[in-house]
Amino acid sequence: MLETVLDIFDNFWVALGAKLLLVALLIPLIGMVIGFAEIKLSAKMQARMGPYFAGGRWGWAQLIADGIKFFQKEDIIPDNADRPVFKTAPMLVLVGTVALFVVIPFGPGLIFRDLSVGIFYALAISSLSTIGVLMAGWSSANKYSLIGGLRAAGQLIAYELPLVLAAVGSVIMAGTMSMSGIVEAQITAGYPYVIFQFVGFGIFMVAALAELTRIPFDMPIAESELVMGYLTEYSGFRFLFFFLAEFANMFTMSAIAATLFLGGYWLPGIPTETLEFVGPVILLAKVFLLAFAMIWFRWTFPRFREDQLQTLAWKWLIPLALANIGATAFFKVVL
Amino acid sequence: MTIDADTIRHLSEVSVSVELQTEDMTLNIGPQHPSTHGVLRLVARVDGERCHDVQPVIGYMHRGYEKLSEVRTYPQITTIVNRIDWVAGYANEVPFIVAAEKLMGVEAPERAQYIRLILTEMARMASHLVFMASYPLELGAATPLFFALRERERVLDLLEGVTGGRFHPNFNRIGGVKPAYGAGSSTRKMIQDLPAGFLKDTRDAMGRVLGVCDELEDLVAGNEIILARTKGVGILPPEVAVSYGVSGPNLRASGVSFDLRRAESYLPYESFDFDVITGENGDCWDRWWVRLQEIREAARIIVQAVDGIPAGPLQAKVPKIIKVPKGETYVRAENPKGEMGYYLVSDGGTGPYRLKIRSASFSNISVLPYLLEGILVPDIIATMGSLDFVLGDVDR
Repeated sequence: MLETVLDIFDNFWVALGAKLLLVALLIPLIGMVIGFAEIKLSAKMQARMGPYFAGGRWGWAQLIADGIKFFQKEDIIPDNADRPVFKTAPMLVLVGTVALFVVIPFGPGLIFRDLSVGIFYALAISSLSTIGVLMAGWSSANKYSLIGGLRAAGQLIAYELPLVLAAVGSVIMAGTMSMSGIVEAQITAGYPYVIFQFVGFGIFMVAALAELTRIPFDMPIAESELVMGYLTEYSGFRFLFFFLAEFANMFTMSAIAATLFLGGYWLPGIPTETLEFVGPVILLAKVFLLAFAMIWFRWTFPRFREDQLQTLAWKWLIPLALANIGATAFFKVVL
Repeated sequence: MTIDADTIRHLSEVSVSVELQTEDMTLNIGPQHPSTHGVLRLVARVDGERCHDVQPVIGYMHRGYEKLSEVRTYPQITTIVNRIDWVAGYANEVPFIVAAEKLMGVEAPERAQYIRLILTEMARMASHLVFMASYPLELGAATPLFFALRERERVLDLLEGVTGGRFHPNFNRIGGVKPAYGAGSSTRKMIQDLPAGFLKDTRDAMGRVLGVCDELEDLVAGNEIILARTKGVGILPPEVAVSYGVSGPNLRASGVSFDLRRAESYLPYESFDFDVITGENGDCWDRWWVRLQEIREAARIIVQAVDGIPAGPLQAKVPKIIKVPKGETYVRAENPKGEMGYYLVSDGGTGPYRLKIRSASFSNISVLPYLLEGILVPDIIATMGSLDFVLGDVDR
């Protein structure tokens, strides 16, 4: 019986459909879990209650209600907006996020597609959403959106470099660019790479925060300055797309960081045979730990100024990341 | 295009000074904008992130209070002046009442003066706590808002307990404080003093406010990003501040030790021990710091006043229908936002002939074009927020 069910998935199209469905369900689910964590944790940090009534207990259904609200809203496109670009931008942002799920290993063999250039693909595809943000800012026919979009472009270009360079350290240590290969290398080595790559991990997390345009790097949105930045003119389900993409992106960035530096689905002391089952749980635990840190930063820090952000990237993070690569390569060759 | 010697010379000059031909963009900040504190409008000429000049446009909130007060009686005007600087409504009443009393030759009893002083300092505290809440928010930090507003609520509770209103107490009467009419002769005596337990609650609340000051200092002053965003930004030199008529904490942050609580005698401040806080550089950071210290000083004053409040009547003898003798006077007071003054001209009637209201925020934001010239767009918000203005106080 089970075999016949599994046989169906041997068909390429059925398997593809199943995977697509899984991702399509996974992203809103993850977005909601992290989004709910954010609203509840921020309430806790600010001596507030947070949502309380939706769903009966703890306001657990708040984000579902919000989602339904967004769908009910009128679809407003400004008169002067560049309509096709305006409509494409949110999709492009979400595509950049969804495509990242392809290479995240949730367990041994539990990966949508184990590309041999996995990390390279992940970092390349994550820049896709930059274009979406720039398109959103450009097409909105709003000066605040324009400034926000250009800020986003400048910021994401600046932080793409430290992000990639920080990942290189782990790649050198593992000797492979495949995401599951990196995890397996950590299992073989017997320790997560963060022990030697703590500089790389720190740079990666800072750069990831900037990629996600979260506080302290949320200048493209900067509510107090640019109203809502590139999102100013978006409402309804288009806004929901950006919203989902933000939280799903938090997940994928945390998952990549966990895979590269924290041993992915593996934890020291867990027998490797059981990883097929506990692996996803371990990965999720690590992801939520990192996502918690991101939420914590967001509700603690103010935002940088645009020039301070660029200074941080070009004068500190990139040289530091290069030094980290040099040191890693040196020890790899010598030891 | 043909390239001749002239064109080459021209091009070389152009390329030296301007690599890219950029065009300035006019950016309308406000009147509907998250951080203009209401309906201030700034017309900024920006080149990318750099802002060449800024023109503030005011008047969206003009309510004609100077004119309105000409057709009202003196006791009615306190309801209007409450709404000038609504964050510290109580503090607006005092100088007006003192001006009227001065012309009438009436002096409020000492207990009433102490109550006025306590409530004025509470209004200052509430106003500065709002600044403590909103300023980090303008820099992107959302959390200090809740800590500051939580303790502000304690202060407002006390104000409400005494006056019945959180924002617009309308509590001063000419010759004293209290709801003089409308309570009935039997209950009037009972409700017309401070509520029971007020002095003890005040001491408790002051402890909590001082606690949140420490908390805010940890949270905000201990944050490298805030320091990077505010230190050296929006520097207001003392001579410029004086020439623009900037007053209050903004002036003191520039290093000018001028406090009307010391210079004038509208309330018995001379019997209190407090420091006039001054900053050093006159940047956004100093303006934040001066206000934090002023909350602490206000708590110090309130505790002294609560300890030393004399017994006695709350209301001096005044006629039932108040008529102010002919004459004119100017009374100014140190309000949370700065110097608040009333130039009162009376022709002997039941209402003023003319009332000129000098509000602090109006003069304070007049310095914006100076401060914002050549600044970055994020610093516009940081600098504007640090001036701590209220649009009702700007437009009146």
